[in-house]
Amino acid sequence: MAHLQDRRPAFTEPTEPGPTKDDGQDDSAALIDTVTQAGRERTPLRIVGGDTKAFLGRRVDATKTLDLNRHAGIVHYDPVELIATARAGTRLAHLEQVLGESQQRLAFEPPHFGGGATVGGMVAAGLSGPRRPWAGSVRDFVLGVRVITAEGKHLRFGGEVMKNVAGYDLSRLMVGAQGTLGVMTEVSFKVLPAPVANAWLRLSLSFEDARQRLIEWSRLPLPITGAAFEAGTLHLRLEGGEGSVESTRRQIGGDAESADFWNDLREHQLPFFHHDDPRPLWRLSLPARARLPALDGDWLIDWGGVQPWLRSDESPTHIQEATAAIGGHATRYTPSDDNVSPHPPLTAVLDKYHRRLKARLDPNGLFNPGRLYADW
Amino acid sequence: MELLFDERIDGEIADVDPAALAAAIHAVAPDLVLLDRVEDLRPFECDGLSAYRVLPMMVAMPTTLAEIESLMRVCFEHQVPVVTRGAGTGLSGGALPLEKGVLLVMSRFNRILELDADARIARVQPGVRNLAISEAAAAYGLYYAPDPSSQIACSIGGNVAENAGGVHCLKYGLTVHNVIGVEIVTIEGERMTLGGETLDTPGFDLLALFTGSEGMLGVITEVTVKLLPKPEVARVLMAAFDDVERAGRAVGDIIAAGIIPGGLEMMDNLAIRAAEDFVHAGYPVEAEAILLCELDGVEADVRADGERVRGLLEQAGAISIALARDDAERALFWAGRKAAFPAVGRMSPDYYCMDGTIPRRELPRVLKRINDLAEHYGLRVANVFHAGDGNLHPLILFDANHPDELETAEALGGEILTLCVEAGGTITGEHGVGREKLNQMCTQFNSDELTLFHSVKHAFDERRLLNPGKNVPTLARCAEHGAMHVHQGKLAHPELPRF
Repeated sequence: MAHLQDRRPAFTEPTEPGPTKDDGQDDSAALIDTVTQAGRERTPLRIVGGDTKAFLGRRVDATKTLDLNRHAGIVHYDPVELIATARAGTRLAHLEQVLGESQQRLAFEPPHFGGGATVGGMVAAGLSGPRRPWAGSVRDFVLGVRVITAEGKHLRFGGEVMKNVAGYDLSRLMVGAQGTLGVMTEVSFKVLPAPVANAWLRLSLSFEDARQRLIEWSRLPLPITGAAFEAGTLHLRLEGGEGSVESTRRQIGGDAESADFWNDLREHQLPFFHHDDPRPLWRLSLPARARLPALDGDWLIDWGGVQPWLRSDESPTHIQEATAAIGGHATRYTPSDDNVSPHPPLTAVLDKYHRRLKARLDPNGLFNPGRLYADW
Repeated sequence: MELLFDERIDGEIADVDPAALAAAIHAVAPDLVLLDRVEDLRPFECDGLSAYRVLPMMVAMPTTLAEIESLMRVCFEHQVPVVTRGAGTGLSGGALPLEKGVLLVMSRFNRILELDADARIARVQPGVRNLAISEAAAAYGLYYAPDPSSQIACSIGGNVAENAGGVHCLKYGLTVHNVIGVEIVTIEGERMTLGGETLDTPGFDLLALFTGSEGMLGVITEVTVKLLPKPEVARVLMAAFDDVERAGRAVGDIIAAGIIPGGLEMMDNLAIRAAEDFVHAGYPVEAEAILLCELDGVEADVRADGERVRGLLEQAGAISIALARDDAERALFWAGRKAAFPAVGRMSPDYYCMDGTIPRRELPRVLKRINDLAEHYGLRVANVFHAGDGNLHPLILFDANHPDELETAEALGGEILTLCVEAGGTITGEHGVGREKLNQMCTQFNSDELTLFHSVKHAFDERRLLNPGKNVPTLARCAEHGAMHVHQGKLAHPELPRF
């Protein structure tokens, strides 16, 4: 089959360009070269940005590193369109600062886990912060990606529009795939205005009472965008218009606290997360109607109950099985010495289709082999 | 009828003896209802894209999961294509049957299995109507957010297959943002759960991949959706403009001010006049454009935002602004917009509905270009626009009884979709590619991108049996039809509102 001519107009050059803010460099040619060469030599690549989320997967067995840090810069940001496009190596903090200058933000509140965190790494890791149950996750806000494939082709999926159902949704498939399906070089996001008003509250409650009240509040259109429970205290965040935040604050009561709690929760800077605790840190993801599994350890419960953090010495198998038994899953956030996947095992049928998809998109296992699961 | 499956460029399909296939199916699923008489197949010959009709070889109407699994295993073994159909309201021919294929009709999977108000989720079978979910949730003060205009008839399984939208997408998202889990039966007859009741699941985000995949990767047998608390209040402002560009700028001003309306819709003069003539919503018929801006949420916020929006509309040069006084007037303002398609249909024997998305900033330029093109082709075009999210529905008016007018309208439609891609947008915002826009996919994606789509398809359906010839064109098709060649069809279900 002859190669069909690409008849499309240049994507990043609209005929009447909106505001553009290019403050980095395009390193894609070098990245494509490296991938092409690796493909020829069948040398696996470890793909890195800021390397702040290495704990989230297995150590990749690759002698070569594909460094995305030089491929940086905000390619296009137009506050009126609510859309921003950034190269993968752009510092996440930089993107957030630029959005903040227009009173906008990434609503899914991604954790950085270090100053070096990049936009590409954030999307590849697919982690969303405390606002996730109310605002949505990383993938909910990804509109388009550019990807270098195993054949060294630089392709584009999705774009800079909010509604787009042409072809399969490969943009969202890349979110959380940790680079195993291709090298993301550019990502377009839907961004949202920051709220006019905020309030941060703390209430002294038992967990059972907190759970009950959260269920009641969740049935009402209240401006709650954060609910975390630790040691007899429910922390609540309200964000919205001045009228709704004020009336909800009065309705709920409690004491005011600073916004720092939410940033420290997002970045794992609260004492609960301190590294000097010898017990491994686990993240559980639970159905809204599940109770906490009976596991020994300390809990900090975020996302209004469905994302409990656990400090526990119980065996990994026991933690994962006890969580699975109530319809949830558990991920280990403290790396293990034996390089076991921190992620729970997939069901047989899901494993089969994951392997097939990986084999079709990366047949020679170039991209982060073994990062998610040992066999692929 | 070049839209119909063409084995030469769409791929070969094995010949099977229908009687032998039916016998093989009944050997493993004796109670599965199979239809094969012409008069029984006739109701299934098309979906909402009714200009194109094909009788399937056979219709299967399962009532149990086991029947679907058995059916898939037999079809996989005999290499028989399977086209899955929900309510059949789709506008792009995604459920167009194949004469050598089985049409899997999911309409008997029509039960709401569970509605948990505390967890704010509903678990439903795929044949449940979109609106039925919100109706069932209403008793708890909850609702399901995506509201495609065909919501009284379309089913949730089809919504997932098409990633259906509606008028509230800017604030509440598409189907992909509101579905948390699906149960799948693969072409090999395996059950597979994607997503679930947790907010994330290990591994790849296959739930996102399957959403909008147009029945090409698996058969949806169950859907879990999230429910939202109903907003306390909703108010609608209607602003009239004597200039389309000014109306477009007002949209940007509202969003730049940090306000995310629940709905933000725009209509041009032809659409306004058609709608007013049809439903008497009180639209200003002399206006070049109107904006409908719905604000929803907590009373105090909606009041404050309403005042700011009014100020912004005045500054943007609106010639009149009206706030719906009560729910009845609010419903009336919306009635005109929701009836825009049938209203336009009354002005002309036939019309084509286009479904492009463009960056909002491109709207004035694109509308002007559409007007120029319409003049060039000697046809009228009415425009309705989901202004908040950039989804444009130009409605091309024509008369199929006039020789050449269908072809002229098709040519104009093709130019409009090319224009959307050139403006940085896409050929389909919410109606899907289906069979209808297969050739335009060659304009939006290059051969390497299409090849990657085929690789994804291959991972889940290596024999190309699930809905072949839809959504992603073969490279052979692009080589032959790469130069834009558009066919659009008349809409079925004219009684349904379309937007």
